[in-house]
Amino acid sequence: MLDCRRSRTVLVYLLPIALLIGSLFVGRYQTPVSVVVEESMKAFSYLFFGTPASVSTHHTVLFNVRLPRILAALLVGAALSVAGASFQGIFRNPLVSPYILGVGAGAGFGACLAILLWNSYLFIQLMAFAFGLLAMFLAISMGKASKGTGTLVLVLSGMIVGSVFTALTSLVKYVADPYDELPAIVFWLMGSLADVRYDDLLYILLPIFVGALVLFLLRWRINILSLGDEEAKALGINVEKMRLIIIVCATLMTSAAVSISGVIGWVGLVVPHISRMIVGPNYSRLLPMSMVIGSSFMLLVDDLSRTIAATEIPLGILTSLVGAPLFAYLLRRGRMGWN
Amino acid sequence: MELMLEVKSLAFSYGNGPVFENVSFSLKKGEVMCILGPNGAGKSTLIKCIAGILKPAAGSIRIQGKDTTSLGVRRVARLIGYVPQQNEVVFPFSVLDFVIMGRAPHLSMFASPGAEDMEIAKDSLAVVGLSDLAERPVSSLSGGQSQMVLIARALVQKPSLLLLDEPTSHLDFGNQILVLETVQRLASMGISIVMNTHMPDHAFLVGSRAAALTGGKLVALGEVETVVTSKMMSSVYSVNVAVREIEDMKRKVCLPLRRK
Repeated sequence: MLDCRRSRTVLVYLLPIALLIGSLFVGRYQTPVSVVVEESMKAFSYLFFGTPASVSTHHTVLFNVRLPRILAALLVGAALSVAGASFQGIFRNPLVSPYILGVGAGAGFGACLAILLWNSYLFIQLMAFAFGLLAMFLAISMGKASKGTGTLVLVLSGMIVGSVFTALTSLVKYVADPYDELPAIVFWLMGSLADVRYDDLLYILLPIFVGALVLFLLRWRINILSLGDEEAKALGINVEKMRLIIIVCATLMTSAAVSISGVIGWVGLVVPHISRMIVGPNYSRLLPMSMVIGSSFMLLVDDLSRTIAATEIPLGILTSLVGAPLFAYLLRRGRMGWN
Repeated sequence: MELMLEVKSLAFSYGNGPVFENVSFSLKKGEVMCILGPNGAGKSTLIKCIAGILKPAAGSIRIQGKDTTSLGVRRVARLIGYVPQQNEVVFPFSVLDFVIMGRAPHLSMFASPGAEDMEIAKDSLAVVGLSDLAERPVSSLSGGQSQMVLIARALVQKPSLLLLDEPTSHLDFGNQILVLETVQRLASMGISIVMNTHMPDHAFLVGSRAAALTGGKLVALGEVETVVTSKMMSSVYSVNVAVREIEDMKRKVCLPLRRK
């Protein structure tokens, strides 16, 4: 029984790798197995031995178009899910998403402003990242300044910050050029990984890695924070400090992910639930599982977004269309991993 | 006997007038002290102050001679175990995962519990007699079992002082006695215990000492026999209370009476 469960868990861990390989074949441009194998060998020998590879169309499609996008999907899915799971723990609420502190609205506004002012890809990313972090800092300082304590004030502050940034985003949309900037803004907000290059991955790798590393080291303590402030304090945890560290790390990851993908909903909310159904509520196992499930889910959705129609379907639409029925099905089956 | 806890001139306020003030008492190793008092007297607040959850407005708390404010939350949690009144666990951890959280004050910030901590958690579950439930989710436990699991988690902290906030409320007779017997056993193992209770009668069953907190002051303190008297209890609870010796059981009982 236990062995069976363990082997199933191991299988789940192999899922992202299997999906990564499988996703290389997915797309409008046909790539038979033999070509993928051959090109992979060439790419490997170039990477490790410096054997110069002739750049064929196959190579470009596989390693300059598909692979960066696949890696981005894995990274974004993992980041949003780990951040979502962590936020759910410290806010003691399974309905919390990574955008709880207004990070999504902030990043959205930053990106829209950048589209309006400069319309350069790099600036859009930078502004989304910066305004995501800004939203968090505003929410936290507002929470600190108010008399109340604990997570409730923080959630309310997040709502306030989020609504202000949403209003500002609407303002930007209103003044944007309706033939050029407005569509760009709308598409960015719906989320997409279509334009991701290796450079973009490089920029977001550091904040996501740092955030994930710290959260992984602290993950057992998220259990204790989920018991509530008083009990956590009685168990010797410096609650305010620990919560701040976790919020900053989760926000770093969320902002970085959103900066290249746009505001993709649903993943950071649902994936932790699915993971809880598999490994239970203990964050020691939940956080790694959320990472695996999140990256797999995102990659699967992205594969769909670039195949099911002649044109790309924005990711934000598909995560909900795929995620909602999946979640409804799991709900029916019971075992939620929370009360 | 070794002095375990010294509370001196303790006061607490939520900002509008004191909840209690000038509370002083001390406790020796292995003693059980029952704190009595009406609803809203500040019993839970007092316990939370001692546990370091709330910050007192004035006064000092010393545990084994060391001032708790100078120790810091982590080291306080190695000496003082706190058993809350009721716990709302959002996520249904397994009993073992839940109990092992008591190891937190003994682990460094980035560490997770290891095999040794696992053994300590299992031992604590054995002490409260719940080894069989280790894999059960805490959300599936009965009131009595939850209380025992909370006690087990506090024991995992390896405390010298255990604070229990109304451990027998919501429990049936059988579970009340089970909790009280556990308290007695822990005291005989050398752990000092401070326990809030709404049942003055329980002081006769486990307490070596008792205190009555009402109107923001400690109005009585001492041996159970001297605190739980008909006169004192009647004035504390504003209702007639009878304290009688039951001859054939060789113990005193404390019962409220109906107003005429």
